Amino acid sequence: MTAQKLLTNIAFYALVVVIVVFSVFPFYYAIVTSFSTGTELFKVNYWPKVFDWGNYESVLGGRNFVRSIWNSVFIATTTVVFALFLAVTASYALARVRFRGRGLLLMMILAVSMFPQIAVLAGLFELVRFLGIFNTPYAMIMSYVIFTLPFTVWVLTTFMRDLPVEIEEAAIVDGATPWIIITKVFLPLLWPALVTTGLLAFIGAWNEFLFALTFTSSETTRTVPVAIGLLSGASQQEIPWGPIMAASVIVTVPLIILVLIFQRKIVAGLTAGGVKG
Amino acid sequence: MATNDGGLSLSQQRQRAAFWFLAPMLAALFFVAAWPLLRTIWFSLTNTLLSDLYGGEFIGFDNYLSIRVLESGRVIYRGTLVDPAWWNAVWNTVRFAFVSVFFETVLGLIVALVLNAEFKGRGLVRAAILIPWAIPTIVSAKMWAWMLNDQFGIINDILLNLGLIDQKIAWTASVDTAMYAVLMVDIWKTTPFMALLILAGLQMVPRDIYEAAKLDGVNPIKVFFKITLPLIRPALAVAIIFRMLDALRIFDLVYVLTPNSAATKTMSVISRENMIDFDKFAYGAAQSTLLFAIIAIFVSLYIWLGKVDLSGEGQK
Repeated sequence: MTAQKLLTNIAFYALVVVIVVFSVFPFYYAIVTSFSTGTELFKVNYWPKVFDWGNYESVLGGRNFVRSIWNSVFIATTTVVFALFLAVTASYALARVRFRGRGLLLMMILAVSMFPQIAVLAGLFELVRFLGIFNTPYAMIMSYVIFTLPFTVWVLTTFMRDLPVEIEEAAIVDGATPWIIITKVFLPLLWPALVTTGLLAFIGAWNEFLFALTFTSSETTRTVPVAIGLLSGASQQEIPWGPIMAASVIVTVPLIILVLIFQRKIVAGLTAGGVKG
Repeated sequence: MATNDGGLSLSQQRQRAAFWFLAPMLAALFFVAAWPLLRTIWFSLTNTLLSDLYGGEFIGFDNYLSIRVLESGRVIYRGTLVDPAWWNAVWNTVRFAFVSVFFETVLGLIVALVLNAEFKGRGLVRAAILIPWAIPTIVSAKMWAWMLNDQFGIINDILLNLGLIDQKIAWTASVDTAMYAVLMVDIWKTTPFMALLILAGLQMVPRDIYEAAKLDGVNPIKVFFKITLPLIRPALAVAIIFRMLDALRIFDLVYVLTPNSAATKTMSVISRENMIDFDKFAYGAAQSTLLFAIIAIFVSLYIWLGKVDLSGEGQK
């Protein structure tokens, strides 16, 4: 009996090790590669042998990549602030007020967040051209509303639905208007939810590729994913793997740190939203 | 205004406030979602060019299917619906979506069951599986492109050392393996998301049920299929539909990992290619409209047949 138990335990921990190795290895290998230059790059090294900052220097030394990081920070931050601003009031209405067609409206919002983005690409392209914001950050800020806004509304609605009714009733008895209820009663309680939702929306905007690829035409206006996706070497055949890995590590490490810090909250937000961040 | 409000009941007042709270969001969504969608559908019925967005004329459904009978009696069919490249993309997308979601569900279930057990280092494992999820898709595409590199890639090296292959495989370039490469990366990247959604469902299952089953000496496998699976079915159904929708619209991974490969080109990729790269703006718009229609039909069927409650209203 105990032998069998031991065996089960060993099998279980073996499975755990496999899961962890599979999850972590590709990023680990990217880090190892990012520190290799020259011929070292083209040897398969399972363990870090050299620590050469050359790739990092070449990526950060070129002006365009730093520029891309700033573009991405600006676009993602603005998008998130805008989405949260609109979503707080909207989700209050959806979570706390009974009105006809509420379920339908929620389904519509969910439908928009699940939209194939390609279906609006032609129309958005026209809109971007019409507004004269092609090849500017505002093209991305505007188009990212399509997935950040429904997502934030949806998650905040589920969070707000769970807040106890008593708090609101007390405020209503005191004669508080809905606006006062939101800003003075709910907002202080919602901070954790706002941080989580904001972070998830930020990651979504940070990672977006299709719109950023289509609505930019010069290297200086690219966002990080487009810059990495289109990073090319001196010639067509020569793919600069070292710098690509260095760039990948640079933009991923902050994300991973953020995700690990906010782990629990992110898991809660993800499962409430059920939407891929 | 104040006297007016006095005549309204509290719930009417609240409903009025709700309307004004919702209006800005609805306006924003109309502006960036509904209007562009309508314009895309309109463009698909014209012969608009990328270089001249306002010069298009209405041509009906010719971008989808046009039938012309020549004087000689020969019938010529044109349009997306008879375009082999389009049907290839449809097939690629559907195959990708079903295979990736299947594996993500099975592996996600396994990971979720592991995380639901109590053991030392559980927090560490959960942190580890969040890493693939946190890495931007483009970055994971590049990372894997490097690992799958035919000459210097570590995957070929591992497989050669293990004796599983005799010669190096050009994973992303070869027509036979490009789809496997895309599937591999997508499954790696998205299984964590699936696992977390399933885990949330698993944690709703009361522990006493398992203990009762254990006392009765029920086989663990039977417990899984007879107790756990039926209880997490709603969570599973929602997770699967979300993943499915995401898989059907896949663009970035395919575009970066296997550029210009006919073996992996999906509906989103081919639509954008026609729209932006080939200056067949209206033709691409027609293809993206078709993708939208396919997804809309699929979702309606899934919700209708599976009686899936997505709004969460039923839980109250």
